[in-house]
Amino acid sequence: MATGHNSLRIVGGRLLDGLGGEYATTSLLIRDGQVVAVGEDADRAAADQVIDATGCVVSPGFVDLNCNLREPGNGQKGKIATETRAAAKGGYTRVCASPETSPVNDSGAVTHLIVDNAALDSPIQVSPLGALTRGLEGELLSDMAGLVAAGCAALSNGSRPVANARILRRCMAYAQTFGFTLMLTPLNQALAADGYAHEGRVATRLGLLGIPEVAETAAVMEMLLLAEDTGVRLHLSQLSTARSVAMVAEAQRRGVAVTADVAMQQLVFTEEALAGYDSRFHVRPPLRTEADRQALLAGVRDGVITAIVSAHQPHDSAAKQAPVGATEPGLSTIESVLSLGLKLVEAAELTLPQLVAGITTGPARVLGISNGLTAGAVADVCVFDPAARWSADETTLLSSGKHAPILQQPLPGVVRHTLCRGQVVWSAD
Amino acid sequence: MTHDPYSHALQLTADGQLRHFLTLDGLGKDLLTDILDTADSFIEVGERTIKNVPLLRGRTVVNLFFESSTRTRSTFELAAKRLSADVLNLDISTSATSKGESLSDTLLNLEAMASDMFVVRHSQSGAPHFIAESVTPGVAIINAGDGRHAHPTQAMLDMLTIRQRKHNFEGLKVAIVGDILHSRVARSQIRALNALGAAEIRVIAPATLLPSDIEALGCRVEYNMVEGMRDLDVVIMLRLQRERMAGALLPSEREFYRLYGLSQDKLALANPGCLVMHPGPINRGVEIESAVADGPQSVILNQVTNGIAVRMAVMSMAMSGQVEERSRLRQESGAL
Amino acid sequence: MTAMLDINRLLDDLEAGLRARLEERAITAPVLIGIRTGGVWLADILHRRLALADPLGELDISFYRDDFSRIGLNPRVTPSRLPFATEDRDIILVDDVIMSGRTIRAAMNEIFDYGRPASITLVTLIDLGARELPVQPDICGRTLTLAAHQRVKLRGPDPLHIELRDAL
Repeated sequence: MATGHNSLRIVGGRLLDGLGGEYATTSLLIRDGQVVAVGEDADRAAADQVIDATGCVVSPGFVDLNCNLREPGNGQKGKIATETRAAAKGGYTRVCASPETSPVNDSGAVTHLIVDNAALDSPIQVSPLGALTRGLEGELLSDMAGLVAAGCAALSNGSRPVANARILRRCMAYAQTFGFTLMLTPLNQALAADGYAHEGRVATRLGLLGIPEVAETAAVMEMLLLAEDTGVRLHLSQLSTARSVAMVAEAQRRGVAVTADVAMQQLVFTEEALAGYDSRFHVRPPLRTEADRQALLAGVRDGVITAIVSAHQPHDSAAKQAPVGATEPGLSTIESVLSLGLKLVEAAELTLPQLVAGITTGPARVLGISNGLTAGAVADVCVFDPAARWSADETTLLSSGKHAPILQQPLPGVVRHTLCRGQVVWSAD
Repeated sequence: MTHDPYSHALQLTADGQLRHFLTLDGLGKDLLTDILDTADSFIEVGERTIKNVPLLRGRTVVNLFFESSTRTRSTFELAAKRLSADVLNLDISTSATSKGESLSDTLLNLEAMASDMFVVRHSQSGAPHFIAESVTPGVAIINAGDGRHAHPTQAMLDMLTIRQRKHNFEGLKVAIVGDILHSRVARSQIRALNALGAAEIRVIAPATLLPSDIEALGCRVEYNMVEGMRDLDVVIMLRLQRERMAGALLPSEREFYRLYGLSQDKLALANPGCLVMHPGPINRGVEIESAVADGPQSVILNQVTNGIAVRMAVMSMAMSGQVEERSRLRQESGAL
Repeated sequence: MTAMLDINRLLDDLEAGLRARLEERAITAPVLIGIRTGGVWLADILHRRLALADPLGELDISFYRDDFSRIGLNPRVTPSRLPFATEDRDIILVDDVIMSGRTIRAAMNEIFDYGRPASITLVTLIDLGARELPVQPDICGRTLTLAAHQRVKLRGPDPLHIELRDAL
């Protein structure tokens, strides 16, 4: 006990370890940044501090594979300091920072800048994603090994496709050489052209330029075949169509090393969200049909899709204040993912353990990190009250982006405490 | 048929009067008939020695054209002047916005001019919606064509033309031919014809010029124009832009004309007295044979006259809705 | 009071007054214009009684009202119908009830937009006083002073009768 205030006991909460294990009202003991005991062992030991988690769920801290922190950049849309604080409030203990910064994270220098700034400004862990090609231009390989050595967790094309299949094949082969994971957003740009909405009945009704389903599925098929050919570890980011899920499932059955994620917004909303020209729902990939949404949910339930991402895209208000086609894509989601997920649980579209796995252990596994709440694990913990309600608006949102998907309506799920490496980095009170 | 409750709330007052005119989506037969009836009254006004009525005297109408169109702007200008409004024409396509000023900033500047109505044309679908949401209450927005979305005054003047000749819409079979994909006019016409009770609406075009799920708007797709002309009462030809060839949507004008141009032979397949319409400007020999465009079944010139009357109707009705809204707001704030 | 408002007697009075007026002014070929709705019913009867050659004109003054900025547009506006040239003609303008005078002001403005008439003679069935503009009927069936709670309205066209009732 001479070590000071470094032991903490969370009592009275319902523990979900993100691995399928579920325990009614179990205590958790944390010391020196690690989980040291679970259950009766945790109850018996002394602790400097006690968190009462009665009525709450205790889960691993959330992990996001797809988050835009906007730093480096001009700061108008967000900064590491603002966005990681918002993430901590959302229950996250680790976010992957998209390489689509300004400048693009395609060199060790930019990666170091992100890592150093995060060390100063971020209450949680930031895992930069390196750009797959220089400037994300899809033409020249980036210094992949250098990026990883500087701290990148994986390599990504952001939202910019590598149009040339020969270059994509070489990216994969090179990454495979060193065992790097590629996180790719599948999109055939020629087919997407100037589109910004799902090509379907809503786009036709509203006169919006469509992105056909095949703009994604053609790219998924190409990536799966190239991954199989090169043997690279491929993670497909932000699937949006039913057909993509089926193709990934089929590849997984064949033994291709492919995993996939889906943005939470794709599980909750459809193309109908754009009715009324609500530019917030101008997102990439576009929100698609109800049939797609159902297939994506089934993909999460069946384990084809192992991670649910935030696809957080903070913007300054001007970027969203224009007719839909003239706005920038993306929602400010990092503080709303849990609430949206709990709405799916309330609608019996996902179970609570499926939701928790999708935002904790699922994405962690893609990064090769284990984050279960077992003795010896790093104490990244989220304590949330699924029954409590909050409302997103200009004042409650910590992100610089105020364009959250559901505004000024009661939302389920309040994160009471977020612990990163045993330190309380967010408390609701 | 799909229906957009959002537009409904935005463009109608609490008691169902028009206050903006953004889209025909969600407007019922009664309201569309009111517009046509009011337009009939304005046609009568247009036949007088003095063609002006004092309805909008002292009010300022701003023609806000982000996409230039002399023809459409002129008819709106004439309509506003015949309602005795002060008219300001702003051709934004050549001014500040192209130099990077945002639409929101442009609007802030214009509001300082104390306008009562904006007539908006914009290349982005939904721009009039966006403006209607952001302007001060009491200012009416009239959509003069937005992107591929809607051109509701054009569709209503077409409906007026059809009603003058066919008297009602029940039982009518109407085809719209050509570049449906890029056409805001076609989308609004399909809306209007469905709301007014047309028996059948066909869209005739090759697959490259049809938007996906167009059937959901309430029409039937026909690829073969020869088949599509049968039993028709009205055929509406759309303008074909030259750029469509460059975009690999069509091989050539010649092939398009052969397959989808309205020739006398094809017109002969329709019902006798089938009306020929075209929102203009016409590409003779591309969409339509000259003899058909100038022939006895063509009502293309009537469409121009009706355009002024329909725009006068819509402008005075929307201003009227705003007037009611303002007095309601005054009463509400008085009640507090 | 209802006995005083016998429609047929009032019409007889209007016809007699009108004939005398036309004679006095030496107007031989007037045209009749009724203001919708009640004025048209009355004008139609007078038109038949005077056996005029020109068809009857109908005026819908909705576009000329001066209260647009307060109550908006009449949603049931129908086209005015003046099936004759008004230029240099002697016009008999007919309405059912005159009160503020604003309807007549609007009607005269509208008539002038068709051309410059030689003269306008105003005929009204009932004059309720309470004028807000300097407009007076040349021939009037009956002048009434109503109590605050009373309303008068011409009902028709068949049968045509005058309704006098208490406002709620």
